[in-house]
Amino acid sequence: MLYDVTIDGKNYRLDLNRADGRWSCRLDGRELAVDAVLARPDVLSLRIENLAYEIKLERVANDLHVWVGSTRFAAEVRDPRSLRGRARAGDDHGPRKIVAPMPGKVVRLVVREGDEVEAGTGVAVVEAMKMQNEIKSPKKGTVQKILVNEGATVNAGDVLAIVE
Amino acid sequence: MRVLRACHEMGIAAVVVYSDVDRASLHVRKADEAYPIGAAAARESYLNIPKILDVAKRSGADAIHPGYGFLSENAKFAQACADAGVKFIGPTAAAMEAMGSKTRARQAMEKAGVPFVPGTSRGVESFEEADQVAARIGYPVMLKAAAGGGGKGMRLVDSREQLRSFLDAARSEAERSFGDSEVYIEKAIVNPRHIEMQVLADEHGNTVYLGERECSLQRRHQKVMEEAPSPIVDADMRRRMGEVAVRVAQAAAYTNAGTVEFLVDEKKNFYFLEMNTRLQVEHPVTELITGLDLVHLQIRIAAGEKLPFTQKDVSIRGHAIECRIYAEDPDNNYFPSPGKITLLLAPSGPGIRRDSGMYEGWNVPIDYDPLLAKLIGYGSDREQAIARLTRALNEYFVGGIKTNISLFRRILRDADFRAAKLDTGFLDRMLKRPETSSVDSKEAEVAAIAAGMFAALGATSAASANAANSSATAIDAAASKWKEASRREALH
Repeated sequence: MLYDVTIDGKNYRLDLNRADGRWSCRLDGRELAVDAVLARPDVLSLRIENLAYEIKLERVANDLHVWVGSTRFAAEVRDPRSLRGRARAGDDHGPRKIVAPMPGKVVRLVVREGDEVEAGTGVAVVEAMKMQNEIKSPKKGTVQKILVNEGATVNAGDVLAIVE
Repeated sequence: MRVLRACHEMGIAAVVVYSDVDRASLHVRKADEAYPIGAAAARESYLNIPKILDVAKRSGADAIHPGYGFLSENAKFAQACADAGVKFIGPTAAAMEAMGSKTRARQAMEKAGVPFVPGTSRGVESFEEADQVAARIGYPVMLKAAAGGGGKGMRLVDSREQLRSFLDAARSEAERSFGDSEVYIEKAIVNPRHIEMQVLADEHGNTVYLGERECSLQRRHQKVMEEAPSPIVDADMRRRMGEVAVRVAQAAAYTNAGTVEFLVDEKKNFYFLEMNTRLQVEHPVTELITGLDLVHLQIRIAAGEKLPFTQKDVSIRGHAIECRIYAEDPDNNYFPSPGKITLLLAPSGPGIRRDSGMYEGWNVPIDYDPLLAKLIGYGSDREQAIARLTRALNEYFVGGIKTNISLFRRILRDADFRAAKLDTGFLDRMLKRPETSSVDSKEAEVAAIAAGMFAALGATSAASANAANSSATAIDAAASKWKEASRREALH
C-alpha cells in the first residue's frame, strides 16, 4: 500500500505492506523494520527498528492527530492513486472572521458595526463553564458585521463578527 | 465521587442528585439512589435548596454532604438542613455565617487578634467609597466577592483608571456566581505565596490542624496545582500557623473540616486571608501526607463521634503534589474545551492517586466548572513526588477534548518550580516565556509511519465491510461521521 502522509505540513511517501504477518516499510525510500499491534481502537503499539512507541490517534471533526508520546502531530493520509487533492488554500487577506473558540453564551458585545478595532481589541465576551472569556480581534480594521446578539448561545466555530 | 466512595467504604448507601445534563455523569452511575433535580442551570438544580431537601426527605437520607462547590459554603442551606432534620456534613450555619462571608470573617478575626492584610472589613457601597479606600491603602488593590471562592468575582486593580470597570465586573460576576454582589477591597501583596492550613474540629470542642498546603500555583486566581507540605514551611512555622488556624476555627465555634487560608510574604510573614468552610478540592495532598481520610472523618464527626486522635498524634510523612486536570485548551488561552472523550488512557502505579469524574464516551458538559480529574503524586520527598507525577502525566491521555495535561509537564520540568521558588505570580510568568519545544524530526517520522499504519489497519477492517473503499477514504468517512454525531449532540 502506498500512502502520501503529511505530518505538520511535511510530506512523506510511505510504502507499507504485510505478507505472512510481517510488515515491510519504506519511508521516503528508506527500508525500516517495523511491526505494529493495535492494542485497542486508536491505540497502536509500534516498533521501529526495536524502538517501541505507544501511538494515540485522535479524531475530532475532520482533523486527524497522531500522538507520539506527549507530542501531537497533525496528520493527513492520502492514497496517491486517488484523485482527491488537497482542498483549500489559506485565506490570509481580506475580511477575517472572529469565531467562538468554544460553545457558550454571548454575555456582552463590546463593539458595534462600523467601529475601528486594533489587533487584540475585545469584540465580545463569551461565557462558558462560568468563566467569561473576551474574544479579541485578530487584526486591525473595521467591524464589518456582527452576527450574534447578546444572550445568544453559540457553538465552537460559530462566526461572531467579521473584521474588514 | 469522592464522597460516594467514602460512603461505600463505610458501608453507607449513597443518594445523589443530578441536573439534566449530568444524567450520564459518573456519580450517577455509581450511586445507590439517584434523583433528578432539574435543568442544567445551577439555580434550577444544584443551588435549589427546596428540591435537594425534597430528595433527602423522599430518600430518607440521614445526612447531606455538600461536596466542594455549589451549596457547600451556603449557610442558608446548612440552616435549612438543620430545620428539616437532616444532618449537614460540615460546620453549623452560625459558623458559616461568621466565616463564610469574607468581610464578616475579617471583623471576627480583627477581634481575635489574627494577623490580616490591610483593607475594608465590610463590602464597599459605591465607587466613591472604593476610590477612597484604594487611595488610602495604595494601589495595587484586590477586589474580592464577600461570598466568593475559586477566583470568581475577584479582580486585581493596578491603577485608579481601572477601578470603576473592574468594580462593576467583580460585582456582576459575584452576583451571577453567588447571588450576592457584595465586594470588598484589600491591599494586594505582590507575588505572595498562598498557603493554607487544614483544620478539623469535632462537636465536643476538640480542634486540630493537619498541616499546610502550598497553593501558590494559580491562573486567574484559580488554583492549578497544590502540594503538601509547603517547601518553605518548617516545623516551627507550621506550629505557629496551625495554632492561629485553630484559634480562627475556635473563635467561630467551628466544627467539621475547614481550611484557613494565609498569604505569606517574602519574609515568611503570614496574614489571615479567609476560611473555607468546606472540604477543599485539594484535600488529597493532606490525606496522603497525614495518612488520614478526611471524608471518613467528616462523616464520623457529623455522626457525633469524637476525633479519634489528638494534635500530637498528627505527623507528616513524605510529599504530595496534585494537578487539577481541566477541560481547557493550553494552545488557545486555556479556553474551556467541552466535548466527548473519545479515548482515555489513565495512569496508575506507585505513588499515584487519581480522583476522576470522567470516562471514555462521556460528554463533558459546558455548564459547569471544567475540572475533569485530580492526579496526585506521592513520594518520600518532593523530588520523588515530582518524578512519579511526571511519569504518570506521560501515561495520561485524554482524546477528543483538550486538557491542560501538557501544562503540568511544563511546570514540573521548570527550573524555578524544581527549586520551589513559588509565588502566586509564578504561572503567569512561566506562561509568558516562550515554550521551548523540541520536536525532533525523528518523532515526526514515527508519526508518519504510525499514521500510515492506522490507515493500513483501518483498511483491513473497512475492506471487509466495504470492498471498494481505499483506506484514505475510510478514515475520512469515519471522521465525517464523527463530526455529524458531535453536531447532533451539540444541538441538544
